[in-house]
Amino acid sequence: MKAIISIELYKIFRRPRTYIAFGAIAALIMVIQLGLKMDGQSYAAFLMKDINDTLTVDGKVLNGYLICYILLQLLLVHVPLLVALIAADMISGEANLGTLRLLFTTPYSRTQWVMGKFIAASIYTIVLLIWLAFLALFVSMWVFGTDDLFLMKSNYVVLIQEKDVLWRYVGAFVFASFSLLTVTSLGFLMSSISNNSIGPIVGTMSAIVFFTILSTLNIPLFSVVKPYLFTTHMNNWKEFFDIKVNENNEAIYGTILNVAKIKTSLIVLTLHIILFVTASVIITKRKDILS
Amino acid sequence: MKRIFIHGLVLILLFLSNNVIAQVDPLIEKVSQKLALVNDYVAEGVMKTDVSFIKASLGKVKVYFKKPNLLKVKKEGGISLLPKGGVSVTINSLLNTKQYIALPAGTQQYKGKELRVIKLVPTDDKLDWVISTLWIDPTDALVYKTFTTTKENGSYEITMEYSSYANMGLPSKIIFAFNTKDYKLPNGITLEFGDEDPVSKQKALKNKKGSIEITYTNYVINKGVSNSMF
Repeated sequence: MKAIISIELYKIFRRPRTYIAFGAIAALIMVIQLGLKMDGQSYAAFLMKDINDTLTVDGKVLNGYLICYILLQLLLVHVPLLVALIAADMISGEANLGTLRLLFTTPYSRTQWVMGKFIAASIYTIVLLIWLAFLALFVSMWVFGTDDLFLMKSNYVVLIQEKDVLWRYVGAFVFASFSLLTVTSLGFLMSSISNNSIGPIVGTMSAIVFFTILSTLNIPLFSVVKPYLFTTHMNNWKEFFDIKVNENNEAIYGTILNVAKIKTSLIVLTLHIILFVTASVIITKRKDILS
Repeated sequence: MKRIFIHGLVLILLFLSNNVIAQVDPLIEKVSQKLALVNDYVAEGVMKTDVSFIKASLGKVKVYFKKPNLLKVKKEGGISLLPKGGVSVTINSLLNTKQYIALPAGTQQYKGKELRVIKLVPTDDKLDWVISTLWIDPTDALVYKTFTTTKENGSYEITMEYSSYANMGLPSKIIFAFNTKDYKLPNGITLEFGDEDPVSKQKALKNKKGSIEITYTNYVINKGVSNSMF
């Protein structure tokens, strides 16, 4: 298995396409960081318009922690599309080139090949997420400095103490890894069905876009299916940044408001991963490689 | 000519009466004398922000004051939230200017004390406040509550509790209460699609009073405070 993973990783990181995602993430993050560095104060003033009517906010609101949150909000919606670029090509790419036959005639079983490929694709996904975390969090902390996290949500504001923030990001990135691995497994499933590269990539992207739209629409008809869609749960990394308050409306240090929501989302995402990978294994085992 | 004379006379009388009233009210004078003992102070305390749409934890603050009315609240690291313009409208800033008319408005019961109510009306148009009501304990000349209406920043209610530093008129706890406006950011900006709070919860966060509460733990009085602190 180790040999399969090594071979698959070698193949992934030899392809120029792999680095498109790394380049795209770096370019996007740097452009947003540059924009906020140059004109972030007016952006912050716009966000804080309602608050400034009543209160004076003293401190470094536009710090590395807030920048990272803004970046994650923007990017974690789009990174799945970049993940699909690689994951959805893992089996179908081999089928398209005709090398799948060759792989399946080796002493390793089809299941081992599928699992090895999935683990390699997952490692790529995690490396991409680490790259995102490094640029979005650590570079932002270095460029903008750190302070309390003054988070402006739609209906309320959360002020999290500086020393209470970093572990939340660790939690959020671990959660995001589950979200992205779900996309990886979906891409993998699509890849196992098809025999060409483009179809599964476009199919995975379309599925993500379709389900994301369903998840974000507040129409009662869709409310029935929303809890079962993985896209509904992918955005719940934000729950790490909501804090409990006591009866005096004082935020409680080190707490998360809705731990159950995070747990449920992790379970749903894990079930999706298991379902998609199992389906991939079954489909690949039955795959006709002779014709 | 006659009209100008009458207007001039009225203005002179008003000016004289203002000064007479401001100087005559002995209780206000007693409070002012007590406050005059403090030229400056640096106080350490714990600040609590209680605004319906803000989740914030307690924070350590330092409060700097210098005569006549310089006041600054600084949080020790981190972001602090203070009522806009409200913190500066303290008893010191009200009384130290001496530019007001004091109007007695009876007595009221407040936490078991018989307090005298005095309304202050500023005589200088440039002052930020329009009217202020003070609830003063006549026995120890301590102001327990003020309600001030400002020109641009709404109304503020300030309540005070006293302990160790009561002899100098410095409170051990001060609560700034103010009206908050609605807070709402479009989902398109916060990118919070699909997780709308129930309307009832949103309504509960609106149209409520906010307060900033500072509990002082220590005062350093008349040791000098640099102007750069403000």
